[in-house]
Amino acid sequence: MNTEEIKSKLTKKIIEDVEDCIPKGTSADKIKKIYEDVMKEYELAKVAQGESVGIISAESIGEPGTQMILRTFHLAGVAEMNVTTGLPRLIEILDGRKSIETPMMEIYLKEPYKSGKNIKELAVQIKETRLGELVKEFIIDLAENTVSFTLDEDKLKLIGATPSLIIKAIEKAAKLPVKQNGREISVPVTSKEAGVNEVYKLKELLRHVFVAGVKNITQVLPVKRGEEYVIITAGSNLKAILGMEAVDVHRTTSNDIFELNAVFGIEAARASIINEIYKIIESQGLNVDERHIMLVADMMTVDGMIKGITRYGIIGEKSSVLARASFETPIKHLINAALVGERDPLNSVVENVMINQIVPIGTGQSRIVMKDKENKK
Amino acid sequence: MDDQVVYKKIGSIAFGLFDPATLKKMSAAKIVTPELYDREGYPVDGGLMDIRMGVIDPGLRCKTCGQKIKECPGHFGYMELARPIMHIKFITLVLSLLRSTCKQCGRILIPQDKIASLTEELKKIEEEGGVEERRKRIVEIVASLKTATKCPHCKSKQMKVTLEKPYTFLEDDKRLSPIEIRSRLEKIPNEELHVMGINGEVARPEWSILTMMSIPPVTMRPSITLESGERSEDDLTHKLGDIVRINQRLFENINAGAPEIIIEDLWDLLQYHITTFFDNEVAQLPPARHRNGQPLKTISERIKSKEGRIRHNLAGKRTNFSARTVISPDPMISINEVGVPEAIAKKLTVPERVTDWNIEYLKEFVKKGPGEYPGSNYIIRPDGKKKKITSETQEACLEELQPGYVVERHLMDGDIAIFNRQPSLHRMSMMCHRVRILPGKTLRLNVAVCAPYNADFDGDEMNLHIPQTEEARAEAEILMLVQTQIISPRYGLAIIGGTQDALSGNYILTKKLNFPRKKAVELASAIGIEDFKRLPKKDTVSGKELFSLLIPLDFSFKGESKDGNPVIIKDGQLIEGHMDDANLGEGAGLFLRHIHKQYGEEFTADLLGKIFKLGIVTLMEYGQSAALSDLDLSLKAQSEINSVLESAYEKVDELISAFHKGTMETFPGKTLRETFEMRALETLNKARNKIANTISDNATKDSHLEVMIKSGAAGKFLHLTQMSACVGQQALHGGRIGQGYKNRTLSAFKKDDIGPEARGFISAGFKTGLKPYEFFFMSMTGRDALMDTALRTPKSGYLYRRLANAMQDLRVEYDETVRDSSGKIIQFKYGEDGIDVSKSENGKLNVKRIVDKVLG
Repeated sequence: MNTEEIKSKLTKKIIEDVEDCIPKGTSADKIKKIYEDVMKEYELAKVAQGESVGIISAESIGEPGTQMILRTFHLAGVAEMNVTTGLPRLIEILDGRKSIETPMMEIYLKEPYKSGKNIKELAVQIKETRLGELVKEFIIDLAENTVSFTLDEDKLKLIGATPSLIIKAIEKAAKLPVKQNGREISVPVTSKEAGVNEVYKLKELLRHVFVAGVKNITQVLPVKRGEEYVIITAGSNLKAILGMEAVDVHRTTSNDIFELNAVFGIEAARASIINEIYKIIESQGLNVDERHIMLVADMMTVDGMIKGITRYGIIGEKSSVLARASFETPIKHLINAALVGERDPLNSVVENVMINQIVPIGTGQSRIVMKDKENKK
Repeated sequence: MDDQVVYKKIGSIAFGLFDPATLKKMSAAKIVTPELYDREGYPVDGGLMDIRMGVIDPGLRCKTCGQKIKECPGHFGYMELARPIMHIKFITLVLSLLRSTCKQCGRILIPQDKIASLTEELKKIEEEGGVEERRKRIVEIVASLKTATKCPHCKSKQMKVTLEKPYTFLEDDKRLSPIEIRSRLEKIPNEELHVMGINGEVARPEWSILTMMSIPPVTMRPSITLESGERSEDDLTHKLGDIVRINQRLFENINAGAPEIIIEDLWDLLQYHITTFFDNEVAQLPPARHRNGQPLKTISERIKSKEGRIRHNLAGKRTNFSARTVISPDPMISINEVGVPEAIAKKLTVPERVTDWNIEYLKEFVKKGPGEYPGSNYIIRPDGKKKKITSETQEACLEELQPGYVVERHLMDGDIAIFNRQPSLHRMSMMCHRVRILPGKTLRLNVAVCAPYNADFDGDEMNLHIPQTEEARAEAEILMLVQTQIISPRYGLAIIGGTQDALSGNYILTKKLNFPRKKAVELASAIGIEDFKRLPKKDTVSGKELFSLLIPLDFSFKGESKDGNPVIIKDGQLIEGHMDDANLGEGAGLFLRHIHKQYGEEFTADLLGKIFKLGIVTLMEYGQSAALSDLDLSLKAQSEINSVLESAYEKVDELISAFHKGTMETFPGKTLRETFEMRALETLNKARNKIANTISDNATKDSHLEVMIKSGAAGKFLHLTQMSACVGQQALHGGRIGQGYKNRTLSAFKKDDIGPEARGFISAGFKTGLKPYEFFFMSMTGRDALMDTALRTPKSGYLYRRLANAMQDLRVEYDETVRDSSGKIIQFKYGEDGIDVSKSENGKLNVKRIVDKVLG
């Protein structure tokens, strides 16, 4: 085998590592020898056939889980923002929960915003603003059945909105006629049974009218990372953020895996699961190889959608009735199996443990084939 | 003999429902009376303990198979029900069938053309949510169709069926009897059932309404004879007795032509009994109880949950040939060994087959018998009969022993055993050891293997299992021996390494010790080195040279010690640096990893043992202890610490005044108070860390404690700091200690005091002692930490169980792909490169070493 042939069998990362180590001016012969030795080493380091890699991965993640801190809030990187880490976050990811406790984004920027231009303004633009934040107080007029308020001009200027814009937003959200009287804006209750309750409800509705910024982004925080500025947000809305001109589309991420799946697709979701789990484990000062996390992430995403490790997710989809029954809700599984007339082929682990047969994994996978002397003609 | 045995393997298990006819056919007895025993205590024919259904009394023989107790597997019986009864577990199925099919023609209430277009959608739903979702969806579709009041096939009028929980069906407020329901279900053709996700071939829906009841065999519900001679029946037998009694009454009343109302009542009662027979935890039903008020355990409860049949008896099994006692350390046995007390060795046995060549050898064991060690407890004849060796039978046993027999001899040195400590969180929690019989009454293990087992000796107990076949022994030894597990599959580094004294010993040895040559030879021979040629021939030998005796001559290594200084080994000589946690420790151990890669596991295990002993022997020579004076600080360090504390206090004071004046800049999304708390906490934590740094900078005298910390044997500088200088801020729920009284933490403080002491900062060290309130604050965080552990364990345990359940059947196939049990590909190449983590070096292939080797 020549060097190129060997290279084609090695992974990209190993080749890079080797190239980094070889000093310039090494003779071709030596390089070939190096690659041959690397190949030998690679062959020796490969997994054995039948290795129960799933169990090993589960152990590798489950065992350090007992050492993790339960504390929900951990001050990661930026002291001002609360982020779920540790065991609760790990459970959240592996459950495949659609809504996560603390969605977060890291928004990377293009030049010239990257080096800090208009960073504050940009941050304000991103943050979602609701009417309540722009108004000092709402005045409820029970005689007229109206809610009126005056806008805080300073704050209005800060987010770059105008009263007319706000009126439009209210009209759209509340579907009510809005009257503007100088600086005061009032909204009447039009429904027939206008009472205290209705007016109060209207007030609450107005308070939450979305005015400006990006929806779901409740907090923004520009931070300096090395040479460049990055905006960290609480709340996530990838679609809207990626549409912004100043944003570096290639590096901006969210920690909401379902959102990543919806915006970028399943491969992005897989990569994100790996990254997020890795981050948790690293932040706890534990050491777990990436391959184990990869396998879990692959397990969760093979079908092209994110499935949690729960009885509704991947465990509920196992091909074996008994394997499902041994996890949770056994009776439900047995009854449905009976109705469908299911046949358990006994080709995974637990069923074979149940009936005292050798499990088809590891050394149990192999059989000895022998020629039967008597049957040979 | 053995070669006549036909080994059978279960290929697959099919699930389905029994129809009444089959049920009757497979039964051994018809049950007609609730009586159990006659006056003599003999089981009544046709009663629930009928001996045609199996025997549980010694001496009786089963009428069906003719076998005795323990041999007879039990046989099912049957009982004809006077009226059909709903099966509680199929209620939801029956409801969806009634709602979605026509009461006249039995076909699904969706026009034919629409069904075809729905197949795709239904298929998808089934894939995502299972069969149940599919049925649900069909009912929804039927409900959403405006034509639902009229059958699209036979045009008959349909009425709304509702379920009155738990098991009564109503059609337009009129009660549907099980007879009526059954006849409707019978009408549904198999093809229509198929759309509903039911296989009519194996499970006709009308079979879910019982006309015939299967009676479980006696062996499934054995009675217990109490000391007083009274019989106590199983919960199931009790329940069945109720069912049979009511059923007979119902029969009699029907035959006697009793009024409808009486029959209805009895029918309902029978329905209740049969329902609770299947499941005694139905939401709307009062559970059937014993006379003492305790609920009966019926079929569902037997199967379900952690203590149920599946998880307790089928997925988890009990074992013989095992032992359990307290463990204690023994640094002088190999890491591959386990010390077993003689008392245990005399109980645990290893079967050995007698051949022409070992008969004399095995006779010795039989001669010694069970009392003397090493003896034997049983001999097994070729026909499988086991014979106990006692002083009476000993002679006879010895006489009849011949090739083909098996002797169960006592456990001896060198036998294979599997050693385990719960919780068995990873595969290193069960490893194979070689037995070593030792005096004493505890199981002994080398201290180096504590780490993978997570064991200590504060009263821990461990289990020992003895594999009984050659195959099991071979597999255990090759795959599970401790030395094969040195490298963790979690991160590709040594998980078995030096700990505690071994680390401090080697640290001192390689850092600063010198011995007269004579002493060095003494130490070397104490750890089992016999060849002193490599020891330099000079009067004083350095610790480095002594340590180098263990390293192979062709081994070279460049690394770093814990403090960041280089460690250089060239041609088997430790030239520079000292050994510590970074190179010898568990979870790090780069030196060990290199040795393992180059010289294999056996060598590493041996070397590890020697390094361990060397460390301990060194400490015995040098002395290792700890004293209160180890905590003394130099005047310089003390004044530095004081100034750090002072400046921290000043800073907090500034923060407080800024807080009161409101001049503090708040963090976005946080209130002023929160901002202040965060900044105060940060300031105080920084101060403590600074003090820890000061202490570590001033730790130059190499006191015993410092040796322990620096070598990585135990403790960190932070701990030393807490003892000698400052315990630091006590944090609760991620913040400083909040108020317990109104506006203050304890009544010892003024209201609204938000200074350091009042919120849990402890400026004194343990040596100086804590003030009462400081002690109180510390106990608060201590309690919090305790709670955290208590809450975390079940949470992470459940996560682990789910992970293990989801991934247990993934394996690497011969084509290098990772697949699950149904053959679905999860990964095309394991970990994208096919490398086994336990064969890698921290997850990577160490190409640098190869390159260096080739380039010289």
